[in-house]
Amino acid sequence: MIRSPRSPRSPRSRRAQAALASMLTLPLALTACGGGSNGGSNSGGDSSTLRVLDYYNNDPGKAVWQKAIDACGKQAGVTIQREAVPGATLIQKVLQQASSRTLPDVLMLDNPDLQQIAQSGALTPLNDLGLKADGYVEGVVSASTYKGKLYGLQPITNTIGLFYNKDLLAKAGVTPPKTWAELRTVAKKLTSGGTYGLAFSAPANYEGTWQFLPFMWSNGGDEKNIATPETAQAVQLWVDLMNDGSVSKSALNWTQADVNDQFRAGKAAMAVNGPWQFPALDEDKSVKYGVAQIPAPVAGKPIVAPLGGETWAVPQTGNKDKQAKAAKVVACLNSDDNQLSLAKDTQTIPTKKALLEKFSSSNPNMAGFVDQIPTARARTGELGADWPKAATKIYTAFQSALTGQAAPAKALETAQNG
Amino acid sequence: MTVADDRTVAGPRFWHSLRFQTRAAQVLFLAPAVIYMVAFFGYPIVKNFVMAFQEYSTSTFYTGEAPWVGLANYSEVVSSPVFGKAMLNTVLFTAGSIAGQFVIGLALAMFFRRRFPLSGVLRSLILLPWLIPLIASGAVWRWILDKDNGALNRFLAAIGVASDHPGWLTSTSLALVAVILVNIWVGIPFNLTILYGGLQDIPEDLYEAAALDGAGGWQRFRYVTWPLLRPVVSVVLVLGVVYTIKVLDVILALTGGGPANASQTIATQSYHLSFQQFDFGQGAALGNILIAISLVFAIFYLRANRRAVDE
Repeated sequence: MIRSPRSPRSPRSRRAQAALASMLTLPLALTACGGGSNGGSNSGGDSSTLRVLDYYNNDPGKAVWQKAIDACGKQAGVTIQREAVPGATLIQKVLQQASSRTLPDVLMLDNPDLQQIAQSGALTPLNDLGLKADGYVEGVVSASTYKGKLYGLQPITNTIGLFYNKDLLAKAGVTPPKTWAELRTVAKKLTSGGTYGLAFSAPANYEGTWQFLPFMWSNGGDEKNIATPETAQAVQLWVDLMNDGSVSKSALNWTQADVNDQFRAGKAAMAVNGPWQFPALDEDKSVKYGVAQIPAPVAGKPIVAPLGGETWAVPQTGNKDKQAKAAKVVACLNSDDNQLSLAKDTQTIPTKKALLEKFSSSNPNMAGFVDQIPTARARTGELGADWPKAATKIYTAFQSALTGQAAPAKALETAQNG
Repeated sequence: MTVADDRTVAGPRFWHSLRFQTRAAQVLFLAPAVIYMVAFFGYPIVKNFVMAFQEYSTSTFYTGEAPWVGLANYSEVVSSPVFGKAMLNTVLFTAGSIAGQFVIGLALAMFFRRRFPLSGVLRSLILLPWLIPLIASGAVWRWILDKDNGALNRFLAAIGVASDHPGWLTSTSLALVAVILVNIWVGIPFNLTILYGGLQDIPEDLYEAAALDGAGGWQRFRYVTWPLLRPVVSVVLVLGVVYTIKVLDVILALTGGGPANASQTIATQSYHLSFQQFDFGQGAALGNILIAISLVFAIFYLRANRRAVDE
């Protein structure tokens, strides 16, 4: 409440002085804070400390990577100052750091994001630092390459395959389907009561696009122009599976984690999913599962699945000495031994061709995924930084077809021109 | 006025004069508010306005280069096939949410006007949707509205209505209805609280007088409650529109704008363009369109507010 009678001179001016004093100290307080945070980011000024940024912020992945990064730091003669942020906030953080010139010395990026960031000029071409991607799976290299230059090295990758519930398949007397035609009949046979034959994730986001890619690519579809008969046939397959009643309409809103929950609860006999679901499935011993390749359009046609996983880059920090050491750390994370051990510990797949066979034989459930890797493609391999636009068109089209808004060919055409 | 204020002192002594000190104090008291407004309202709005005329991409953050493209961003977002649908959805979403929130909020406010045992406890329990983080309640709603195993569909099947398991979140005709229903649930506490406050201000003797004149329940509402509540009602409605038109979290948590853009609004589309396609310029253009619409309602609000004060 405002006290109405004005107080005489002295208290009033004293109040003014107090306000003045507090105003004057405010900037001091602010600069003090600023100084503190500056000091924080510059504390690695000597080149014996490298700042590392990644998004492996949950255990067990967090600890596995900490161990590998620390060991590689030791090998390069530096101490590591690592920050692991939640996955959804990484790009935001990187953009912030790019504009304030506080990028870390070693940066992990989800592979489809690398070209976006490389395009801005914030990353150092790894060739300049003496790194090469010889012997790597081609798809993996293409994701980390921008305008002919290598900007990242990816130690591990993953993809999606077909999980199947062994008990439910045995009960129905079927084997895992190898072709689209088989997929439809098998899924239909497996559907009964509260159990659907198949589950996949088809939401209105990039996760949905990721799940659709193996069907689209294996049939010869291409993201440059999705209004083609090949892509339309792939959409038609999904539409047929849903119209048969073999896949729940809920798939339109399921994440891949939801798909795994359905599979784990026995509500889906087969599921399109990735090896990162192994730990969750193994927790529950009651589900006996196997993994097969995604069915091909026709027998014998190769499967073209999308490549996942994260790539490691060296940002432009202006400190040549540190960049050289950062390159050493990146190279070390990509050594044969590290690729194998990281792949084993994080349910992923090494990216060097020579390591694949050895790795595949060590884990039978992994084999279904590993077999797809040599022919797999990166999402950004063709369109680079324009991939997000194409990915949006793809999920818009299949959602429109799955909800019966338009026939597959028409839906694709509308999305392509939209 | 005190004597001191009238004394004019010129020349070098001015800096020590009371008048200067008074003026300085005024400026300094204003300064925090002005700095806050400029930094946290002025700058973002101006920046967003400028950004909409630029090709602002991920590269811009590092290079600082954002080529001027004039109205290209606006023409691109407005001519996109999603725009018309998103605009219609925004209107339906806002109108549906406000209507539901207001009617239920007002009914509950009237109900709680009577004192009965536990009315205080119940009234605070109704604030619950406000207290739960939307990420959490969104996940629960997703489960409730699930097609195959959701609580709602099980309930409907059990009582013999809609045994065909409607896809609340996966059918293009129901998704928007579902997000509106959840948003109504979220908005009821706000409407209830403000309207309840408004009802408290209506003097009890007016109702007694109306009762003496033989007014029934409906007439008491129509001729006493409603006219006296009008200023509060206009404030609730206008604020409701401004809050609802920009709703993002409810939709993202439930449907992500899908299926097939059935629940896409201008706000979710703007979010998608900026933070998923990294086309910050187009996202900003769409955001500005939203701000312009909100502004119209904000002006209504200010006028309604002024009228309320005048009355």
